[in-house]
Amino acid sequence: MPQPFITRGFVGKRQDAGGAAGRIPPGQHLVKDFPVLSAGPTPRADLRTWTFRIEGLVKEPAQWSWDEFRELPAQDFTKDISCVTKWTKLDTHWRGVSVDVLLEHVDLDRSAAFVTAFSDGGYTTNIPLPELLNGQAFVAYEYDGKPLAPEHGGPARLVVPQLYFWKSAKWVRGLRLMERDQPGFWESLGYNNHGDPWKEERYSGD
Amino acid sequence: MKGTIEWQIATVTALRDETSEVKTLTLSLPNWTAHRPGQHYDVRLTATDGYSAQRSYSVASEPERTGEIDLTVERIGDGEVSPYLDDTVVVGDRFEVRGPIGGYFVWDRSIDGSLLLVAGGSGVVPLMAMLRHRASAGVGTPAALLYSARTYDQIIYGAELDMLRRSDGLRLTYTLTRAQPPGWKGYARRIDDAMLREVSANLGGEVLAYVCGPTALVEVVADGLERIGLPAERIRTERFGPSGT
Ligand SMILES: Cc1cc2nc3c(=O)[nH]c(=O)nc-3n(C[C@H](O)[C@H](O)[C@H](O)COP(=O)(O)OP(=O)(O)OC[C@H]3O[C@@H](n4cnc5c(N)ncnc54)[C@H](O)[C@@H]3O)c2cc1C
Repeated sequence: MPQPFITRGFVGKRQDAGGAAGRIPPGQHLVKDFPVLSAGPTPRADLRTWTFRIEGLVKEPAQWSWDEFRELPAQDFTKDISCVTKWTKLDTHWRGVSVDVLLEHVDLDRSAAFVTAFSDGGYTTNIPLPELLNGQAFVAYEYDGKPLAPEHGGPARLVVPQLYFWKSAKWVRGLRLMERDQPGFWESLGYNNHGDPWKEERYSGD
Repeated sequence: MKGTIEWQIATVTALRDETSEVKTLTLSLPNWTAHRPGQHYDVRLTATDGYSAQRSYSVASEPERTGEIDLTVERIGDGEVSPYLDDTVVVGDRFEVRGPIGGYFVWDRSIDGSLLLVAGGSGVVPLMAMLRHRASAGVGTPAALLYSARTYDQIIYGAELDMLRRSDGLRLTYTLTRAQPPGWKGYARRIDDAMLREVSANLGGEVLAYVCGPTALVEVVADGLERIGLPAERIRTERFGPSGT
C-alpha cells in the first residue's frame, strides 16, 4: 500500500461500531437505514405467474411457482451486507432458501462453473458457482420478519452477503448454470467482475 | 479488461456557493480523462492517523471542459464528508479522487431520442452535466427538465438553467414543494403522473428518461413514467440519499 495522502483538516466521524470495527470492509461506513439503489423502475411481480427456475447446465431444469417455492425448506439468517456505494449494514435479518437446497433439485453438469442470476426487468449478475454453495447464498423473501418490499427486491432476491450487494440480484427469477463466466449488467458497465468488499473490488481493474 | 481507475490528487481551484446548503468545487486533475455525463468520482479523505472515508459525487461539468471537473455537494448536517467539502475546504486544498465511474446512468450526444430529465434536490447534479454537454456539443436533442425543490432559494444552477432555457431550447419546469415566492406560476406540489404527462408531452422522438434524487422521489417518478407509457428500459435512475426510513 502506498502512503495515504493526508487531507488537511479532515478529522472524520469515527463511528462507534460497538466492537464491530473488524466487520467494516475498507472504504465502507456503517448505516442504520437501508438505502435503495437500482438502475431503473421497481418491477412489481404478479405472484400468480411468478416462477423461479434453475436452468443451463443441468439435466432437467427445475421450476417452482410462488407457492411451491414457499414450501421449500427455509432458514433464518443474519448477515452483514456492503454496497459498492460505500455503505455497510450489520446484522441484517433475512429468511429464505439456501442455494444448496435449490440445487438439490437438479443434476448439475460437471462442466458447470459459473452462475448468471437473472431478474425481472432484465437485470443479470454473474457469480462463480463455488461462491454460492455451502450456505453462502440464499434466495430470500423476508427481511426483518416481513415480506421483502419491492424496492428491496421483493418478492424474492438473491442474497450473497460476502460480495458487494449488486451481486445480490433483486427481483431474482432464476439461476443459469454455465461453463464460462459471463459478465452481468453492472459487470459490463465498469464494475468489478467479482466484487469482494474485503479486497475492495469495486470497479473494473481493481 | 480495462485498467484500474487509479486514485489521483485533485487540487481545488475554485469554490462557488450555489445555495446556502450547496457548494460547487472545481477540481484540477493531473490525470483528467473525459467522462460521460452522469458519471461520478469517488472522493477519499484521510485523517492524520490514517482513518479515511469515501463517498461518491457526480460530475457536474461537461466533458468539453478538459483538465478539471466540478463537483456540487449538498451539506448533510450530521454528515462526515459533505460538511468537510462544503465548510472546511479552501482553494488550494488537495484530496484524493478516482473516476470517472458508472456506465448506465449516462447520456451523451451519441444517444438518440429526446431527453426527459427529472431531478429532486441535489439530484440535478448529474443531469446538469448532461445539459451542459448538450449545450456545448451543440446537439439539437430535445430536452426537458422537471426539477423539484423545496423552495425557490434551494434551486441549484437556477441562473444557468434559465439561460439554457432561453438560448438552448431547454424545456424547464420547476415544482416547489414547500414554499413558493409571491406570484409563482410554476407547479407547487410533489411530482405526480399528471405533471409528468404535461412536461413530457410532444417532446418528440423516442423519450429516454433520467431520474435522480432522493429514493422516495425516484420511486414515484419511475413508477409514474411507466404508468404514462414509457417502457421500463427507457427509464434510468440514480439514488443519492438514504432510504428515508
Ligand atoms: C453515485 C452517487 C452519486 C452522488 N452524487 C452526489 C452529488 O453530486 N452531490 C451530492 O451532494 N451528493 C451526492 N451523492 C451522495 C454522497 O455520496 C453522500 O452520500 C452525501 O454527500 C452524504 O455524505 P456525508 O458523509 O456527508 O454523510 P454521511 O455521514 O454518510 O451521512 C450522515 C447522515 O445523513 C444521511 N444522508 C446521507 N445522504 C443523504 C442525503 N443525500 N440526503 C439526506 N440525508 C442523507 C445518512 O443516512 C446519515 O444518517 C452521491 C451518491 C452516489 C451513490
